[in-house]
Amino acid sequence: MSEKKPDTPETPATSPGGALKEAESRLHYALRQLSQASWVITVLAIVVALVVGAVLILATNPQVQATAGYFFARPGDFFLTSFEVIRDAYSALFRGAVYDWQAATGQRSIRPITETLVNAVPLILAGLGIAIGFRSGMLNIGGQGQMILGATFGAFIGYAFSLPLGAHLLLALLGGVLGGAIWGGIAGVLKAKTGANEVIVTIMLNNIALYLLAWLLRQQWFVQTGSNQPITAPVDESARLFGLLGSGFRLHAGIFIAIAATVFVWWLLERSTLGFEFRAIGENPEAARTAGINVPKATALVLIIGGALCGLGGAAHLLGTEYRLAAGIAGTLGFDAITVALLGRSRPLGTFLAGLLFGGLRAGGVLMQTQTGTPVDIVLVLQSVIVLLIAAPPLVRAIFFLPNPDGSPRRKRRRRSKNGEAGSDGQRELAESRGGSAAGANTREVTS
Amino acid sequence: MKLQLTGVTKRFGAFTANDQIDLTVEPGEIHALLGENGAGKSTLMNIIYGLYSPNEGQILLDDEPVSFDGPGDAVEAGIGMVHQHFMLIPVFNVTESVMLGFEPTKAAGLIDFAQARRRVEEISARFGFDVDPDAMIEELPVGAQQRVEIIKALSRDARVLILDEPTAVLTPQETDELIDIMRQLKEAGTSILFITHKLREVRAIADRITVIRRGKVVGEATPESTETELASLMVGREVSLTTEKEPAQPGQTGFSVKDLTVISSSGKVMLDKVSMEIARGEILCVAGVDGNGQTELAEAILGIREAVTGTITLDGTDLRRMSVKERLNAGIGFVPEDRSTDGVIAGFSITENFVLDQYDQQPYSNGISMKHDVMRAAAAEQTSRFDVRLGTVDDPISTLSGGNQQKVVLAREMSRDIRLFVASQPTRGLDVGSIEFVHRTIIEERDNGTPCLIISTELDEALNLADRIAVMYRGKIIGIVPGGTDRDVLGLMMAGVPADEAQVQAQDHHTILGEADTGAEV
Repeated sequence: MSEKKPDTPETPATSPGGALKEAESRLHYALRQLSQASWVITVLAIVVALVVGAVLILATNPQVQATAGYFFARPGDFFLTSFEVIRDAYSALFRGAVYDWQAATGQRSIRPITETLVNAVPLILAGLGIAIGFRSGMLNIGGQGQMILGATFGAFIGYAFSLPLGAHLLLALLGGVLGGAIWGGIAGVLKAKTGANEVIVTIMLNNIALYLLAWLLRQQWFVQTGSNQPITAPVDESARLFGLLGSGFRLHAGIFIAIAATVFVWWLLERSTLGFEFRAIGENPEAARTAGINVPKATALVLIIGGALCGLGGAAHLLGTEYRLAAGIAGTLGFDAITVALLGRSRPLGTFLAGLLFGGLRAGGVLMQTQTGTPVDIVLVLQSVIVLLIAAPPLVRAIFFLPNPDGSPRRKRRRRSKNGEAGSDGQRELAESRGGSAAGANTREVTS
Repeated sequence: MKLQLTGVTKRFGAFTANDQIDLTVEPGEIHALLGENGAGKSTLMNIIYGLYSPNEGQILLDDEPVSFDGPGDAVEAGIGMVHQHFMLIPVFNVTESVMLGFEPTKAAGLIDFAQARRRVEEISARFGFDVDPDAMIEELPVGAQQRVEIIKALSRDARVLILDEPTAVLTPQETDELIDIMRQLKEAGTSILFITHKLREVRAIADRITVIRRGKVVGEATPESTETELASLMVGREVSLTTEKEPAQPGQTGFSVKDLTVISSSGKVMLDKVSMEIARGEILCVAGVDGNGQTELAEAILGIREAVTGTITLDGTDLRRMSVKERLNAGIGFVPEDRSTDGVIAGFSITENFVLDQYDQQPYSNGISMKHDVMRAAAAEQTSRFDVRLGTVDDPISTLSGGNQQKVVLAREMSRDIRLFVASQPTRGLDVGSIEFVHRTIIEERDNGTPCLIISTELDEALNLADRIAVMYRGKIIGIVPGGTDRDVLGLMMAGVPADEAQVQAQDHHTILGEADTGAEV
């Protein structure tokens, strides 16, 4: 059991790799921490984020500011207004994301949830791609670039070729997969062959993808519009992800792709031999190598498959929602996908749910702004606070007074004492660690 | 100085690492703290050295209660510690290493190198340490590095010296020198607390012995106690220290290595034309001080490290061009030196670790998809055969003790049809009970006709298991001698003396441990 843990204090191994290697291992440690944060932490992080968001909403709301001006005269006003403002803002957020009970028609009432799904499709697909990297010990920051490439390939196939229904869509999607796989694969092969740091390479590839797209959009053979606008022709109907609910709704078949991809990633990671290799190199590349796993090959494949999923996300976004390729096609989707994967603890189902949550926040944020005047940026704050807290489980535990699962409470610093104080000091600490405070111990003494 | 612990208790969460420990080290006494890995020795040392604070109990120095808030306080109070893994900076010279953290200064805060150097020379001369104050740490042999650590402690006026597993990295002859030093320090009135799990040393050196088991003091002993008595006290039941085995029935040569040379990435020759042959049904042990090419030998055989020249032949097939996976599939069973980094994946379940190098082979998979039911059934069956104490096979392997983890590794490597068994340090960090089990299992494998290559830096292990012993020194095989060869001869060979010469030298001079060996009633 844990017998040997306390007896062997971690002595930092002085490996020849030096500072870089150490930084790498710290990175991997942080990564593992992130992916292993329990779902309790996740839920609590969302709660804290909502509280922080509420405070910011209050701080920026003119009505609340006004009531705060005469807080000491009539504090009731302040609290009542505050409550109403927060209630309105979060109810608008909910109505914009799930179900709008104030909408005029039934169709409008259920539209928010479909919008959430529409937003979630690229987030889920790209999030899964990033999650595969995390599970395999690789920080793929290149979701953005991989999505751009996927969207570019998908779009070009979509409007430049004329193909029969079905085949056209399939080919366009496969083009997206290929585009992302190439972009991820560059980083993967470089890492496998030369040990290049995938974080740096993927970040650079993001920029390259961005400017590659900007250049392509200036080429007439590429955009095929006949105008000077940096935007391409729309993809053919035959290559579009068909709508599921008719006009008035944007929901398209991409959601099925997202569901299928989630199942596929689960199978890949949990049931396939390849996924076993991925997880093995992520957890302990030395042991993987000793067990005969071809670590460079697996490394390259992780980024190729991860990139392919991101590329599919980009293509699905284009073929299902945007139809025309422009410079801002990926928005911040590629970076949000990283947050989605983190929030989903790099598990397929978790990533799916996190994608839904973030899709919902995006959808609801719009209604929140239009109806209550609450800046849509609050959504960004919510997302950021969630990730920040998930990255620091001890912080969440401290906020909610949860015990540390490691079972080694950080001891308080105590001054060295020359005389007999040490004993009593130790006992006080003991009493504290038993859960009762020093004061509690005293009262017990008095009553007994 | 007298060091006394009363009722020291240290808990980590629900786990009690030290439970009401009472211990007294008299001035000028060599006191051994004997216990298995995980018994709580290191925790206790860290408490004395101020790295942990106890939950209960007191530390008294010369009957004065003290409490430390970090090693700085402990050093100030006169406690010196030599860690098992030396805390030295390779590119510093001896003087710099010794003064690090306590630099004597001249006016304007300049470091007074001359004074520091004089201090090193003075201490070195006083105890006959023979350490050059200007030598670079990285160029010193381990024995000398350890002396630097001792000088460092003494230069801070340590009157209680804690030595944590000091002999782990030493040859028997170097251990001898260390024993001399300890005796001199004792004469000078320094109290020494000496932590170990090696019974032989304890009997040779200690004035008094305290045995701890599972965080509790379970008894005191004198050096007159036999090893078996000490071992039983340490383990809590009767143990046999030597494994019964039939003489080897070596068959044809099953595995051979010829002129194997490995060069490190920095261009250093790590293996220098190593050749050896192992017959079926024979155990060849590679002995030697850690870092003399044993790791590289094992890695080159498995294919993790590329050999520059030479051949590796298993049953007539040349393995050298094969990948690690191909070699494993050719029938190598491999137990790596460092279980936690190379042997198991801590976050994986016991089942997953059990199939770690067979995950894509029949019957565990069809090459694409893994068969979890088959894996789990096989893991459950084999772990019970190897007596692994576990909850379920779906638990992470990190929930198992080191001994049980090692049994999982052994179960993995031995439960398939292997034609060569290679194990590096198969019992490192294991308790006596598990060591017994591992040794028995290896001998069974030998009796099945598998050639076994066991690499061990523990001479006791090599002597217990080996049919033949190959001693490595600086990447070369100094000599291959029969199993029961005299410990002193092996010790000299480990220091680079060729076998014939070692025989002669050993006759002239017996080491303290070697003598303990000849007089031992086990």
